[in-house]
Amino acid sequence: MHGWLLLLPAAVLLVTFTHYPTVATLYHSFFSTSKPGRPTAWIGLDNYRNMVEDPVFWQVLANNLWYALATIPLSIALAILMAVWVNGKIPGRGLLRLSFFTPTVLPMIAVANIWLFFYTPGYGLLEQVTGLFGLPSHNWLGSRNTALGCLVIVTVWKEAGFFMIFYLAALQSISPHLTEAASLMGAGRWYFFRRVTFPLLMPTTLFVLVNAVINSFRLVDHIVVMTKGGPDNTTALLLYYIYDVGFKFWDSGYAAALTLVLLVILAAFAMGQFLFLDRRVHYQ
Amino acid sequence: MTRTFTALETAGAWVLGFLWALPLAYAVWTAFHPSEFSTHFVPTAPLSLENFVKAWAAAPFARYFVNTIVLVTMILAAQLVLCTMAAYAFARFTFRGREIAFLLVLVQLMIMPDVLIVENYRTMSRLGILDSLLAIGLPYMASAFGIFLLRQTFKTVPKELDEAARVEGAGPLEILWKVYVPLARPVYIAYALVSVSYHWNNFLWPLIVTNSVNSRPLTVGLQVFSSGDQGVDWSIITAATLMTSGPLLIAFLLFQRQFVQSFMRAGIR
Repeated sequence: MHGWLLLLPAAVLLVTFTHYPTVATLYHSFFSTSKPGRPTAWIGLDNYRNMVEDPVFWQVLANNLWYALATIPLSIALAILMAVWVNGKIPGRGLLRLSFFTPTVLPMIAVANIWLFFYTPGYGLLEQVTGLFGLPSHNWLGSRNTALGCLVIVTVWKEAGFFMIFYLAALQSISPHLTEAASLMGAGRWYFFRRVTFPLLMPTTLFVLVNAVINSFRLVDHIVVMTKGGPDNTTALLLYYIYDVGFKFWDSGYAAALTLVLLVILAAFAMGQFLFLDRRVHYQ
Repeated sequence: MTRTFTALETAGAWVLGFLWALPLAYAVWTAFHPSEFSTHFVPTAPLSLENFVKAWAAAPFARYFVNTIVLVTMILAAQLVLCTMAAYAFARFTFRGREIAFLLVLVQLMIMPDVLIVENYRTMSRLGILDSLLAIGLPYMASAFGIFLLRQTFKTVPKELDEAARVEGAGPLEILWKVYVPLARPVYIAYALVSVSYHWNNFLWPLIVTNSVNSRPLTVGLQVFSSGDQGVDWSIITAATLMTSGPLLIAFLLFQRQFVQSFMRAGIR
């Protein structure tokens, strides 16, 4: 009895703002959006039919996939590299750690503003550097080929330092005896990393991976600031598209259907993690 | 052989460190120099705070600061109370449906309020609280992450302490307050730091539910300011950008170790 009473306030809020909206998303995705003179009506699967025929939806999904496939491995690899460096006896360790971690505490929106300036055609820092090498001016965020890549760099820059600290903690918990034993037996550093360190870091990698995947679907602040999804939707991610449809075109029925796709992706990922990854990773 | 390798590695680390610091260093340079120096890197350029003064005068940043501080405090206070109670229930009480309830709580770790913007907007509009700080904060107040973190911590508290307090006649809430909460102090600090920086930085949801100066937090205010009229120059925008992240950045530089440890503690479960 006491248990439920203690739980009650949190449970009410959780149900209202997590469980109810999840179910309501499904329900509302079967309705049309109300317009002046035309109230919302049950339209069955029409929103989903429109979705399948909507080229922007498929493009956004592909964008999100490429974005995830680029940001996740890059930021994890860099995070491991940073952690190994900062964990060793490198000169200037404190400064390096500071430099790597600082982007983590900055708001994504501030980060996006800074990078927007960095990428500005003509006088941004990037253009100044490429100008030194005599390269022609290029509108990095304004061209279809480079815009998404530019966003990937911003995300990796922001996230790698965050993931680094988890690897750093994991590295510090690896027994120094292992390193000693390996060097006595003449194992090279790369061999040691591949056969001992990396497998021991597996639980950390799983944790970081889950975070990175969620972030790649959750965080679109930089898109609002830097590209607004353009040019030609090449940088629109799924959540950004939902924001566009729901709060610029005010098409809440279609936005609900799109949200459901996002929820299914997240749920599928959660299931996969639960059923598959958890078993393959060994915990100490 | 190994010596050249180490030297190369050190160089590599420094190059990466330099690249990582570059965007921020560039922003600091631009913000603290007159705008004609924003792309001229001469060491003799005069330092100036003029950009900050102009930015401060150009938009109601004072109000935005107050909004963000109130918002962050409100969310944290609610989170601490609600999560503590729920975590205590899960850690030390047996009741029907506990396991299922806990699984339902964990759902929020995957499906965060950040992605439920369409439906939550509908709810806020029905509650009639659109464009208020409460509307920004409500979806985040019951945090699955906080409940989970505190439950794990409470479970490590020895049962003997709990029983000893009970023998002395303390009620459940008194035990929670006198035994569990003090023992979980480092976890509370870690959680508070993570929560404050998360909500100080949060953007998309506040952007959606607010549309007036009275309820806009800093992040949204900054966006309105920098995407507004065309006349604003980069030096001023950069100054505003640094200003809005300033308190957090300064706190981080002062308490670096605590920040890193908190992010770590809150992450590793």
